[in-house]
Amino acid sequence: MARAVSKNRKTLNTVIAGTLGFLMFFPIVWIVVVSLKTEEDAIRAPLEILFSSGWTLESFGAVQARSDYFKHFSNSVIISLGSTFLGLLIAIPAAWAMAFVPAKRTKDVLMWMLSTKMLPPVGVLIPIYLIFRDTGLLDSRLGLTFVLMMINLPIIIWMLYTYFREIPGEILEAARMDGASLRDEVIYVLTPMAIPGMASTILLNIILSWNEAFWTLNLTAAKAAPLTAFIASFSSPEGLFYAKLSAASVMAIAPILIMGWFSQKQLVRGLTFGAVK
Amino acid sequence: MGRIQLKQVKKAFGDVEVIPPLDLEINDGEFVVFVGPSGCGKSTLLRLIAGLEDTTSGSIEIDGEDATGLPPAKRGLAMVFQSYALYPHMSVRKNIAFPMRMAKVPQEEQEKRIAQAAEALNLTDYLDRRPGQLSGGQRQRVAIGRAIVREPAAFLFDEPLSNLDAALRVGMRLEISELHKRLKTTMIYVTHDQVEAMTMADKIVVLQAGVIEQVGSPLELYRTPRNKFVAGFIGSPKMNLIEGAEAAKHNAHTIGARPEHISVSGDTGTWKGTVGVSEHLGSDTFFHVNVEGFAEPLTVRAGGDVDLHYGDTIYLTPDPALIHKFDGNGLRIE
Repeated sequence: MARAVSKNRKTLNTVIAGTLGFLMFFPIVWIVVVSLKTEEDAIRAPLEILFSSGWTLESFGAVQARSDYFKHFSNSVIISLGSTFLGLLIAIPAAWAMAFVPAKRTKDVLMWMLSTKMLPPVGVLIPIYLIFRDTGLLDSRLGLTFVLMMINLPIIIWMLYTYFREIPGEILEAARMDGASLRDEVIYVLTPMAIPGMASTILLNIILSWNEAFWTLNLTAAKAAPLTAFIASFSSPEGLFYAKLSAASVMAIAPILIMGWFSQKQLVRGLTFGAVK
Repeated sequence: MGRIQLKQVKKAFGDVEVIPPLDLEINDGEFVVFVGPSGCGKSTLLRLIAGLEDTTSGSIEIDGEDATGLPPAKRGLAMVFQSYALYPHMSVRKNIAFPMRMAKVPQEEQEKRIAQAAEALNLTDYLDRRPGQLSGGQRQRVAIGRAIVREPAAFLFDEPLSNLDAALRVGMRLEISELHKRLKTTMIYVTHDQVEAMTMADKIVVLQAGVIEQVGSPLELYRTPRNKFVAGFIGSPKMNLIEGAEAAKHNAHTIGARPEHISVSGDTGTWKGTVGVSEHLGSDTFFHVNVEGFAEPLTVRAGGDVDLHYGDTIYLTPDPALIHKFDGNGLRIE
């Protein structure tokens, strides 16, 4: 756009953007601040919390003493990576077929898949719970991996589909003319060209699985509980322990937050579904 | 070798018959151009030969062997696409090497052929660049290089020049023609531009709505178009087609006279008209003339120095030996 933007306008935009950014980030900052306080300080007025109390790591120690962070952490890693990997295994061929050999009803199938995301999960909680109970999948990492894969599959397929669609069909035809088999075509041409898109799909899916709380809380008890359950266990019937709750939250979100920071560029592309070029 | 025979080849998409059963023979070493307006099925026909589309019925033989059911990779043909279709993540060198890599050509042989192709196509300095860093003409040369190194039975070109600007197009046209003279390999070239067809082809196949209207050398088509469609399509500017009383004088439904076969005079001639728009090309001038009693204005060619202007009276005389006659069905009358 060749529209002249005045200097005042630019300053205003910067201020608004900065404020919005701060507002969005504030809860996370506040969690970090509170996690570094003692339990008594944590329930004082906000300004007092910030300025007139000491800093301590004791909440982190207390949290780790009460429940094993690393067990939950490894559960989270296994479940989010596992569900992403499983999802890709199914989604790559599916998206491939829909992008390159579309049938009459491909669009309908895509819309139908998306529509399953509009269903409130609680609507299928009871049947899934019963199936899990009867098949012995309750509180197992395998079961949870499977459910999260199913939950996110429509998004993975949609994202890959849009990325594959951006790859001109003529390039794949050229590969075919050049003597490439279907396998060569996928390995040497399609995959390298789709890597940016696949990377953002993988990242987004790991984040979604990592943060997923509804199914992880309802289908696990102790063995397979990931970090979401770890946080939830600190809002306990014994009362609210803000400092410990915050410390647990910091420990749970830190890995994914750091990963997000390092992969911002890929993520933005992923979240806009390849619309911005 | 690259002899290609199409026997009763038909293509339908669902209920829509794009190419009704068609026979065509392409001899080894020929430069054949498929030409026709957009949507005439010329690209589809090329893709059928390439194996990128399946035939609905009929058979395609390459060097006497039935290739109808073979996948593109097994047909031994190379294709150059309109969009160049280079692999954007590979360097020029790797792009050119790709078909050899797929065919498991030994490394040294690959190097040798890449060097030769790069030399022939002026790409030596660009071998380590990515396609994104090249101009349109260079990209097209890489695409041609990728086709050459395979040493295919035939080259297929799908409107390869239509993404280039006019000046570059003329240059590339020459390069491809030279390449054909040098390699003597069969080439099938699809274009909607009849100038490309006329300048490059040994044999032109004129298509309309999936039907072959005429097959012949450029001059055959120019001199003896089989019907009105070919008459109007081949030649630039277009042949003037005149119906009505004037045609009846020649015992025809329609008569045709090419702009270059009508002589122009300021004071005497068969037809009298007024000059409309004139196009000065320097060497030639094209006048659009409104002739009394004709439904359509005529286009005529005159020398570059003819001094006639908008609104002037002009006399036109067609060369009687070069008038084309067509019947009510649009077919040529000898």
